[in-house]
This record gives sequence, C-alpha cells and structure tokens, in this order.
Amino acid sequence: MRPQSFLVVGEAPLGLEAYLLVAAILFCLGLVACAARRNAVGILIGIELLLNAANLNLLAFWRFQGGAMSGPDALDGPIFAVFVIILAACEAAVALGIVINLFYNFGTVEVDNINKLRH
Amino acid sequence: MSTLNLALMIFLLPVAAFAILALAHRRLPRHGDFLANGSMGLALLASIVVFARALAAEEPILVHWTFDWVPTSAARALQGGVLVDGVTAFMLVVVTSVSFLVYLFSVGYMKDDVRYGRYYASLTLFSASMLGLVLADNLLYLFVFWELVGLSSYILIGHWFERKSAADAAVKAFITTRIGDVGMLIGMLICYWKVGSLAYVDLFAAVSGENLFNAGSDVDWQTWAGVGLFFGAMGKSAQFPFHVWLPDAMEGPTPVSALIHAATMVAAGVYLVGRLFPFFTPEAFLFIAYIGAITALFAATIATVQDDIKKVLAYSTLSQLGYMMLALGVGGYVAGLFHLTTHAFFKAGLFLGSGSVIHAMHHEQSMSKYGGLGKKLPLTAATYLVCVLAIIGCPPFSGFFSKDEILAAALAFAQERGEHWFLAFSGFVTAFLTAFYMFRQFFLTFTGRPRDAHAYEHAHESPWTMTVPLVALAILALLAGGKPGWWFEKLIPPHETARTVRAYAAYHETAGGPLAPVVVQAAERLAPTEEHAPAAGDEAHAGAHGAHGLAMTLALSLAFLGVLVAAAAYWQRRDGATYLNPALIARRLRPLHTLLWNKYYFDELYGLIFVGMTLGVMRLMAAFDRIVIDGIVNFAGLFGKISAFVSGILDNWIVDGAVNGLAGLTSLSGGGLAQTATGRVRHYLLFVALGVIALSVLLFVAI
Repeated sequence: MRPQSFLVVGEAPLGLEAYLLVAAILFCLGLVACAARRNAVGILIGIELLLNAANLNLLAFWRFQGGAMSGPDALDGPIFAVFVIILAACEAAVALGIVINLFYNFGTVEVDNINKLRH
Repeated sequence: MSTLNLALMIFLLPVAAFAILALAHRRLPRHGDFLANGSMGLALLASIVVFARALAAEEPILVHWTFDWVPTSAARALQGGVLVDGVTAFMLVVVTSVSFLVYLFSVGYMKDDVRYGRYYASLTLFSASMLGLVLADNLLYLFVFWELVGLSSYILIGHWFERKSAADAAVKAFITTRIGDVGMLIGMLICYWKVGSLAYVDLFAAVSGENLFNAGSDVDWQTWAGVGLFFGAMGKSAQFPFHVWLPDAMEGPTPVSALIHAATMVAAGVYLVGRLFPFFTPEAFLFIAYIGAITALFAATIATVQDDIKKVLAYSTLSQLGYMMLALGVGGYVAGLFHLTTHAFFKAGLFLGSGSVIHAMHHEQSMSKYGGLGKKLPLTAATYLVCVLAIIGCPPFSGFFSKDEILAAALAFAQERGEHWFLAFSGFVTAFLTAFYMFRQFFLTFTGRPRDAHAYEHAHESPWTMTVPLVALAILALLAGGKPGWWFEKLIPPHETARTVRAYAAYHETAGGPLAPVVVQAAERLAPTEEHAPAAGDEAHAGAHGAHGLAMTLALSLAFLGVLVAAAAYWQRRDGATYLNPALIARRLRPLHTLLWNKYYFDELYGLIFVGMTLGVMRLMAAFDRIVIDGIVNFAGLFGKISAFVSGILDNWIVDGAVNGLAGLTSLSGGGLAQTATGRVRHYLLFVALGVIALSVLLFVAI
C-alpha cells in the first residue's frame, strides 16, 4: 500500500479558485474595514484581516501548485505564512503601542479627529 | 658791412622787436615802444646806406643771395632768397622812413590807449612783413609776406575791436584782399607750371626773347598769369572792384591808416606790378591801365562829398593808387613807381596831419564840426598845406613831378592809340577832382569860422612826437621831387628789366603788337645810357616829349581850376558866407549827391550778391541737414524704438507670462496636491489601497 499522507495532492473536492475567492473576499472585507472604520483598533483589525487573506492566498497557491509534493522539506508555503503571522503580531504590537500613545495625546481613538498633520 | 648783411639786418631788426614786444611788452617800461622806434630807426639808417650804395652802383643788382630752402627730388632744390636792386633800395627807404615817422607819431597819438603794447607789436610785425615782401626774390616769399601784411592789417584795423564796426571792417579787409589772392595764386600756379620756378630771374628769362612762355600753346598763358597776379594787386591795392575795404579800414587808428593804408601795404600791389613789369603782356597791361583809370576817377568822385576827414583821404588814396596802376599799365614804369614814392610821403603826411586834428578835436572826425583850426593848430595846418599842394601836383612839390610823368605817359599812349582816350581823360579829370576835394577838405578844416565852438575851445597843437613826423613828411613831400626824381634816374633798373623790356619791345614791334611803341618808350626810359632802339622808338620818344608839355599845361590848369572851385564853394569871406553855396548845389543835384554819398551803393550790392548768396547757401544746407539728414537718422532711430517696443511686449507678456504661468501652475498643482494631505489616516489608507490596486492592474493586466 502507498503511505498515506494527509498532504494528499491530487483530486480535491474544491479547486484552487475557491480558496482564492475566499481570500479575495476576506481581503476586500479587510480593506473595507480598514478604510471605513473610525476606530483605530478597528483599522488594525482590518489590517489583520488583510494579512490573513494574504496568508490564505499563499497557502492555497502552495497546496495547489505542487509545492506539497516536492518532498517532506518543501514547506515554502507554510514557512512564508508563519513569517507573515509573526510579522503581523509584531506589527500589531507596535500599532497598539501607537494607539495607546494616541489615546494619551488626544484622549480619543477616533482617527477622524486626529488630523494635526494636515495641509 | 656788406649790403647783404645790411639788408638782412633791415629785415631782422623789426622781427626781433616784434618777438620781444609780442612776448614781453607788459614787463617793459612804457610797453617797450622805444624798442620799436629804435629798431625802425636803425633800419632806416641801414636803408639809407643801401640806397646810397644803389645810387653809386655800377651794376643794377646789388645783392642776389639764394639758399636752398626745401630739398626736392629735382636737380635744384626749392630756393628762397633776397634780391636787392635799385627798386628794392628806394622801397626800403620809403617803408622804413614812413614806418619810423608813424611809430614816432603813435607815441603821442596812442598815449593812453588800452592796448598800447599790442599795438606796437602789431606795427613791428607789419613793418617786418613789408620789408620781407620788398626783399623777396621769388613770388612764393612775396606771397608769404603778402599774407603776413594782410594779417597785420587785420590786427591793426581791428585794434579797437570792442567796436563792432571796427571788427567788421577788419574782417572785410582781410576777406576782400583774400579774394584777390585767389587770382594771385592762380597766376603763380600758371607761372610755376610753365616755368618750373617762381623766382623773378627765372620768370624774366622765360619771357624774354622769342616769348618762350607761350611756346607751343593756343592759350595766352602769359596774359592770364599776369592778370591773375594783378588780381592780387587789385585786392591789396584796393582797385575797383575790390575797393570796398579801404574806406572801412579807417576804423583803425589814424597812424595805422597812415602807414598801412596810404604808404606801404596798399603800395605792395603797385610794387608787385612794378617788379614783374617785363612779365606782363600788352593785353594784361591794358587791363591794368583800365582798372587803374576807372578806380582813379570813381574814387575821386566819391571823395568830393565825404564828410569824415579820414574817408576823404581814404578815397583819395584809392584814386592815387589808380593813378599808379594807370601809369604802369601804359608803360610808364618810372612814373608809376615814382608816384608810389611821393604818394607815400605826402599821403602819410596828410593822414598824420588829420590824426593831429582828430587828436586836437578829441576824436571828432566829422568835418562839419571843424573850421578855423588853422589858428589853433598852425604847424599842423602848414604841413597839411604842403602835403595838399603835393598831392594836387603843384610845382615845385614832389607830387607835381610824379603826376606829370603819369599824365604825360597816359597822354602819349592815348595819342598813339586813339581808342584808349578814356585813360587820358580819366587821368586829367581826376586831377581836377583831386584838387577840388583836397582843397575843400583844407578849407573846411583849417579856415573859416569854427562850427563847433566847444570843441574849438579845447583844441590844441599836438606834442612834439606828433608834430616832428609831420614836419619831416612835409619836407620829404617837398624835396622828393626833381625831374623825375634825380635819384630815380640814377638808380639803374634791373638788367633783366631793361633787357627784357627791350627784347620784348622788339618782339612786339616785329609782331605788331598794339602796345609796342609804348613799351619801347618804357625801355628807353629804363636804360637811357644804352643805344637807342630802332626808329619806331625814336618816334615814340619824341611823342612822349611832346605829350609832356601838353600834359603839364593841362594838368596845372585843371588843378588850378579845381582849387578855384573849391575856394568859391568853401572859402568863407569875412561875413562867413561863401561865393558858391555847396548845400544848395547838393540839393539841386540831389540824385547825384545821394549816389556819391552812398559810394555808388557798392557795399549794398556786394552784400546783396555775395553775402546774400552765401546766406542762401547756408540756409539751403541747414534745411538739408535738418530735414534730410536728421530725417534719416530719426527714421533709423524709429526702428530702434519699434524693436524696443516689440521686445518689451515680448518680454512682458510672453516671457514673463511663461514664467509666471509656470509658477502659477506649480502653485495651483501644489495647492491641489496638498489637498490630499488631510491628516486623516483613513484617507491615507485609502490612497495606499488604491495605489496598490492601480499598480497591480498596471503590472499584471496592462503590461
């Protein structure tokens, strides 16, 4: 019998397009959240969504482009995704620090009121 | 001392005096007039010595010294030189003696003058120039001194230049003589062209014998050259029609009038004609004679109505100069030059006498204010009478002899050539008129009742410096006579002159020229010790003797008649009335009187023609300059203006517009772009997102 790997490539019930579509929808939702929220934390949530959508894209392409079949060390996709998650976490930390500073300085986290650097 | 050294000294002494006076007269006591007097006195003594030697000489030429003046490419360099012969000798005496007496007179006359030193400097310049003129041996040097003499005359006439009339008169004199000088230069050019030299000896050589001057040519160059040179003499000696400057020249001080415009400068023209006597052709001589005759008559008529004492003498000078030219023109070489000498003496005496009168009457020159001055100025009156008798031709005064010579020559000529009766006629009528107007002047001035009592009161005889020259000149006027000037005959005329004239006469005899007999007669006069010329000469000789007697009788009677008429009109009887009333006569003959009083309107005529012409040309040129030349320049300037205007527009609108537009654009765009800097994070996020989308579209779809 062939060894069973849960990393089975071949026939899958859903194609690549489905995963890409989901990622795109997530991306758009994230974009909208980024752009349309007044609250600074909400914008950060939106950014998280964007990053996660990107992750999905990455993994989808890894799974369906044959990267999983190249061998047990062909972990380009997941490694890339882990990097992204780590970076997202760091960036979220930094961003939250900025938000805290914003609150200290302006007394609010409504980004519409923070426009001192305008023309 | 050699004669050459004496001659050079005679010339250089006044030159040295002039140099010192011109430069340093202010530093000298009395402005250095003693220098002038001393130099002229020494020159006079030297001239007398030269004259004595000339009288005793065997050869006609005492000195002919030449030196190389300008080296030329030709074989012989351009030479200058000094010529001293009999003519030169007596001219030297005349010039220096009259100069010396005038200098002495000026000491008294110009005593309180404002420019005393300058006056004496100019006088010495004049004397030096005149002596140089007389001593020159070629036409070029003569011309140089000729012009210098004219310059001195200009300076001296305009001595009181504050008066506009004096300044104008000086300019008039200079310019009028200059016009004559143009003719003289043309004559000199013809001579140089034909002969290659301007020295007298070369000219005489060229014309002697077979008339080499005109060889191989249709044009009678010799006549033209002679006429040209005579034009210079016409200008300088104020012959008609160049006479207009001499009456105006009376604006100068009276001693100047005596020296320059009576005795010496105006005689320079006569001297020139006498010098070049062998050179003139019969046609040229005829021209000279007629001009002289016309001038003599013309000037005498004007003199009869003049009121100013000096103007009468000025016109008298014109008339006598005319006599001299007439004499030379009819071949009377001796007559013309002799009259020059006697005229110098008596005319200078007359002028200085009038100067004495003017001085006594405090510079009043109008004879209508004179009268009876004989009592107040006895010495002046006596010397004046002597000179008047001389000019009239009353024996035994010198004027009688010289005038007699002239009239005899003119009569002989007219007898030979009947168609030239005018020459003799003019001579005799002028003699009558001369007697009339000179005695008119004498009677008006010195006799009768004084017409201006106030001035008469203050009249006084002049100081010795003024009366001594008067006496000296009167003596000379008396003694310089004799027949015809015993001293004149003793002077042997230049060999060239005699030989040339005789050869000339012979040529014309064979050629049948119209003047041949007279020229032969002149030759006879010139060289009495030589052999007689052929028979034609004898006839002319006899003719001249016969004419002598007739001329003498006629002249004396006419002169006496003139004195009689003058006495009738101007000699006042005891009750102050005269036999004839001149005012009445003037009224009866009003048109004639006006014509004479206005000098035949010659000044107005010349003013109209020449001055008017010059002014017209001036206006034409000025209009041309203003309209055409300035128009062109302004038009060219218009282009500058237009281009500046266009350039301005370009600069203001286009260039500045571009720059300003660019700046505006930048500002607008900057302003517009700055709108994106809202300061709102959400906007920024949106921009980032949109940018990413645009980029990805560009990268993955479009390209």
